[in-house]
Amino acid sequence: MEFIVISLVKAAIVAAVLMTTLAYLQWVERKVIAHIQLRMGPSRVGPHGLLQPLADVIKLITKEDLIPPHVNKFFYLLAPFLAVTMALLSISVIPFGSEVELFGYKTWMQMTDLNVGVLFVLAVSSMGVYGIALAGWASNNKYALLGGLRSSAQMISYELPMSLAIAAPLLLANTLSLREIVQSQGDHLFAWSIFKLPAPQLISFVIFLIAGFAETNRVPFDLPEAENELVAGFHTEYSSMKFAAFFMAEYANMVTVSCMTSILFLGGWQPLFPVSLGSNFVAPALFALGGSLCLYHGLHPARRKDRYTLPVFAAIFFGIALALLAPPVARVVMPLFWFAAKAGFLLFCFIWVRGTLPRFRYDQLMGFAWKFLFPVAVLNLLVTSLLVAVF
Amino acid sequence: MTGVPLSWYLILSALLFALGVAGFLFRRNIITVFMSIELMLNAVNLSFVAFSYQLKQVNGHIFTFFVMVVAAAEAAVGLAIILTVFKNRETLNVDEVNSLKN
Amino acid sequence: MLDTIFFYLFALLVVGGGILTITRSSAVHSAICLIGSLVGVAGLYLLLHAEFLFAVQIVLYIGGIMVLFLFVIMLVNLDEAARERQFNGQWWLALACVVVVGLQIAWFMRKGAGAFKLAPAAAAAASAAKGNTEAIADALFSEYLLPFEIASVLLLVAVVGSVVMAKKRI
Repeated sequence: MEFIVISLVKAAIVAAVLMTTLAYLQWVERKVIAHIQLRMGPSRVGPHGLLQPLADVIKLITKEDLIPPHVNKFFYLLAPFLAVTMALLSISVIPFGSEVELFGYKTWMQMTDLNVGVLFVLAVSSMGVYGIALAGWASNNKYALLGGLRSSAQMISYELPMSLAIAAPLLLANTLSLREIVQSQGDHLFAWSIFKLPAPQLISFVIFLIAGFAETNRVPFDLPEAENELVAGFHTEYSSMKFAAFFMAEYANMVTVSCMTSILFLGGWQPLFPVSLGSNFVAPALFALGGSLCLYHGLHPARRKDRYTLPVFAAIFFGIALALLAPPVARVVMPLFWFAAKAGFLLFCFIWVRGTLPRFRYDQLMGFAWKFLFPVAVLNLLVTSLLVAVF
Repeated sequence: MTGVPLSWYLILSALLFALGVAGFLFRRNIITVFMSIELMLNAVNLSFVAFSYQLKQVNGHIFTFFVMVVAAAEAAVGLAIILTVFKNRETLNVDEVNSLKN
Repeated sequence: MLDTIFFYLFALLVVGGGILTITRSSAVHSAICLIGSLVGVAGLYLLLHAEFLFAVQIVLYIGGIMVLFLFVIMLVNLDEAARERQFNGQWWLALACVVVVGLQIAWFMRKGAGAFKLAPAAAAAASAAKGNTEAIADALFSEYLLPFEIASVLLLVAVVGSVVMAKKRI
């Protein structure tokens, strides 16, 4: 009974946090891309456009929901549902933090730990391709079909180097459970499997990240939705909430890839350097720094509104920094902070790359997967297994 | 320990196998015939795993694993053949692909 | 109790998906129904404590082989084929064969019902504590090493074969 209640509460918390993250990820993306291109980005709705996601959601919900007459209705409706379900499902096995004790209940900051967790994530992400392939086929539209075909070919091709890149750190961790993978890595940079002796996994980290970009159909691998040749690719015929579902699936996949990268290679919730060296003070220091920056800009405002909004932000940041200094709070929040910091940095990389790189040509994309990434991943796996076997 | 007896799994597997045989013999479309073969392979896999569970041995799992590997190889070659047939004849009807007969 | 409910659920998915696979006229519908059936089989693997095979079934069959099927179906235009007659001329002969096969299996099942109560092997009980994946890996890389290597050669042959068939000039 207690187990069911705790599980339900955890599911509710994870769902709420994930949905908010997905909504605000889009705001962050627009802001970051805007600043890369020397623009302002969304700034009208709320202070610094912070309420923009809310406005977007309202717009998408109230938009007219068109179903074109020539589509295959059942699969047309099934596709976005499949895409978003498969994207959200893999979050259920991601460990966000270590074991905590709250209100007398001990529990892990993870919804469930499967002993084949890594394979589960791979399986679910490989089912995600159906959402896109079916959307392309059911739309009964040449551009959509081409987008769907491209995406299924791309996802099958990049799954191989991805799986091989995953296999190498698994050799070091000696388990398939995501929780135990994190536990097998230590609490400083050189105990994470990316730099861990005897076989540093830097190469497979890079391969995994590149394949992850391809699996999520992000720039520079966004050929399935290349707008100058395929209109909008597989979601050409989708509007309103069904379009939003595909959009959400893409962002959820980005979150999953970032979480998986930080678990497999960057030590999950483990800190950058040991607690004995004061790693618990990094988070308060960062928040205090953010607070002082806000305060400074609030006192020398660029726009008139900033005089009121930025000091409020500064107060919030200082409050968080103070709260994090309290030991009971720190014990619960620090693992979460490190996990979120790593995943957040990787998500920032996703956006950074989108603002920087042009798109691949289709033959370059396939050649890159089969002629470069795949052999390198195999070699890396061989070298890793040799090193693990010898030492 | 599961409450479902072994014989139920075997009956289910037999049903699935019969369905696969039926599809293999009835259908005219090569791709559907091919999918019926996958049905049969899965029926066999299911009974392997059921026996393996009952005997508490892992050998059945290994056989299933090999069957899956063979299925993957078969799918790669078979689908390549299907594509070639379609390129040359513009049809996938098994009754019309009969030039070896004469 | 819960096991039985899930068994019926998955069995329904397996058989229903199988029936639809062999009766739907559109190849894409057939493929989707087959995927449903395969998901049901994966669920049954989970009921039988074969977690590793559950994952492999989904990654390999559903995420690999069936995507290839869908890919080929979408590449070849089958609109015409869907409007044609679906069953071939000798369907009555085929039906007779299937009924005979089904009856045969049912008859053996009936005769051999006593033999299904197998005594579980005692020696393997200790390995249940370890994960199922480790047990499979142990057996695969010791006892079944040669078949494993042969399987890899088979896969290589398949890859080379399909490339040769797909290319006009190499």
